Amino acid sequence: MNVVPQSAHPTHPTGYWNIERVRRDFPLLGRRLTDGNELAYLDNAATTQKPRAVIAAVEQYYRQENANVHRGVYRLAERATAAYEQARELVREYINAAEAHEIVFLRGTTEAINLVASSFAQRFNPGDEVVITTMEHHANIVPWQMLREQRGIVLRVWPISPSGELDLYRLEGLLNERTRLLALTHISNVLGTINPIGQIIQLAHRHEIPVLIDGAQAVPHLPVDVQALDCDFYCFSGHKLFGPTGIGVLYGKERWLESMPPYQTGGEMIRSVSFEQTTFAELPYKFEAGTPHIAGAIGLSAAIDYLNALDQEVAARYELELLGYARARLHEIPGLRLLGEAPHKAPVISFVIDDIHAHDLGTVLDERGIAIRVGHHCAMPLMTFYGVAAAARASLAFYNTTDEIDRLVEGLHYAREILT
Amino acid sequence: MNGDLRDLYQEIILEHNRSPRNFRVMPDAHRRVSADNPLCGDSYQLFLKLDGGRIVDISFQGSGCAISKASVSMLSERVMGASIQEAEKLFQSVHALLTGEQSAQSEQLGELEALAGVRNYPIRVKCATLGWHALKQALEEDQPETATTE
Repeated sequence: MNVVPQSAHPTHPTGYWNIERVRRDFPLLGRRLTDGNELAYLDNAATTQKPRAVIAAVEQYYRQENANVHRGVYRLAERATAAYEQARELVREYINAAEAHEIVFLRGTTEAINLVASSFAQRFNPGDEVVITTMEHHANIVPWQMLREQRGIVLRVWPISPSGELDLYRLEGLLNERTRLLALTHISNVLGTINPIGQIIQLAHRHEIPVLIDGAQAVPHLPVDVQALDCDFYCFSGHKLFGPTGIGVLYGKERWLESMPPYQTGGEMIRSVSFEQTTFAELPYKFEAGTPHIAGAIGLSAAIDYLNALDQEVAARYELELLGYARARLHEIPGLRLLGEAPHKAPVISFVIDDIHAHDLGTVLDERGIAIRVGHHCAMPLMTFYGVAAAARASLAFYNTTDEIDRLVEGLHYAREILT
Repeated sequence: MNGDLRDLYQEIILEHNRSPRNFRVMPDAHRRVSADNPLCGDSYQLFLKLDGGRIVDISFQGSGCAISKASVSMLSERVMGASIQEAEKLFQSVHALLTGEQSAQSEQLGELEALAGVRNYPIRVKCATLGWHALKQALEEDQPETATTE
């Protein structure tokens, strides 16, 4: 195995971030696997680990507060309703939405995009156009393709550069009087590219085109201010933000949400029902049919509380240093090619190694307790753009360490040794 | 390398991965089946020429992990010249070997036994069986266009 002398290493992030303390907040980190290896969890773009506070909040809810929301007159139900609505208020504050009723709780980013594609898009006519980009997750491709089948819309793709960036000059040429929506990701789940969505939204708005942002990969890494961005829709998932799975958020500007028909119908989302006619509830309940994921919303609010108590600016700086360290160390691996080299990136790094399939890398690394994602990352058009069938991806969070990156690099050297 | 990993990536598997046998397009194939694993992006095309109930030529093209590629390569070597019945029987034996459903007769399988290392890696079993499902479908009369392990 190649051993790189310590002096050749890029500088380790310095001690301003109390990494040991942060890691202790996450019970699963530092866990020994059955084979004795310590887990190195480098798949945070898939889902993040949960701090104790989140696990405790969910448990506390089920142990002491469980009741359905917006129904009971008894105090337990009142408390559950208050906790659920507090969670909504906390989310509002976290992304600086103007109104709490602009926050719709859903299952996740995928459902949020599907809601917009099914409800907002009812105003689209055949020949109307939706613009997406090459770097979208399937969740922001397939719903629009369905609309193409169902409503005859035209789907246009804003291409990226080889470095994995969007060129604003090319956008103007894609927009026209038939464009009804621009839907794009804030941060690519494969490349880590941070798109300049502020400028993009401004440009689209000059043409009076509303913009939907897939923020699933962004909220764990950046502060998001939906009013400053002036985005029309912003979607994200709780489980990528250190919260539970099955809870996610659609932010929509009030005027759009008001004008949109319900997405699903049933209980919780009505004001009155007779067999002749139904009046729908006001926002946001119009879009929350059925009993919502109450424990999920409470868990998500505990995650936001946890993040608010951290110094998020320092956390972000630490993540960037980790990213720089990982990029530099990965360049040591012979035959390794990074996908996407945008200067402005989140700590998400995808790569391929000559003559080794990503799946084999994943298996060899797993043997050493290192968890990375391999495959097409639900972004097959992007894989096609880079001419690869599959790639390996290491995605970092503020609780990862340079030691884990060192283990990744050693594991990759080892994989090359045994697989080539 | 720990024991299980050594069982998975045996030299013979790595060798087939590096130099796959019968790795070519067959323009005049009688049967042509795609084998895709949508989960990981393994994607092959299997080509067969049949004559008098025998596989007179077999080849493949495509890309995927070492396990899937070695498996198809070994398959192509093994069923070259075999009768359809022999190939179907072999499919059963290999399938049993890889899924651990029953102990397969080792005399029959020979080199293919190297694939048994996947049994300790449930996620990788599909990689090893991918090409075999494609073969089975290619041998069936009204085969669909695509074989998949999903």
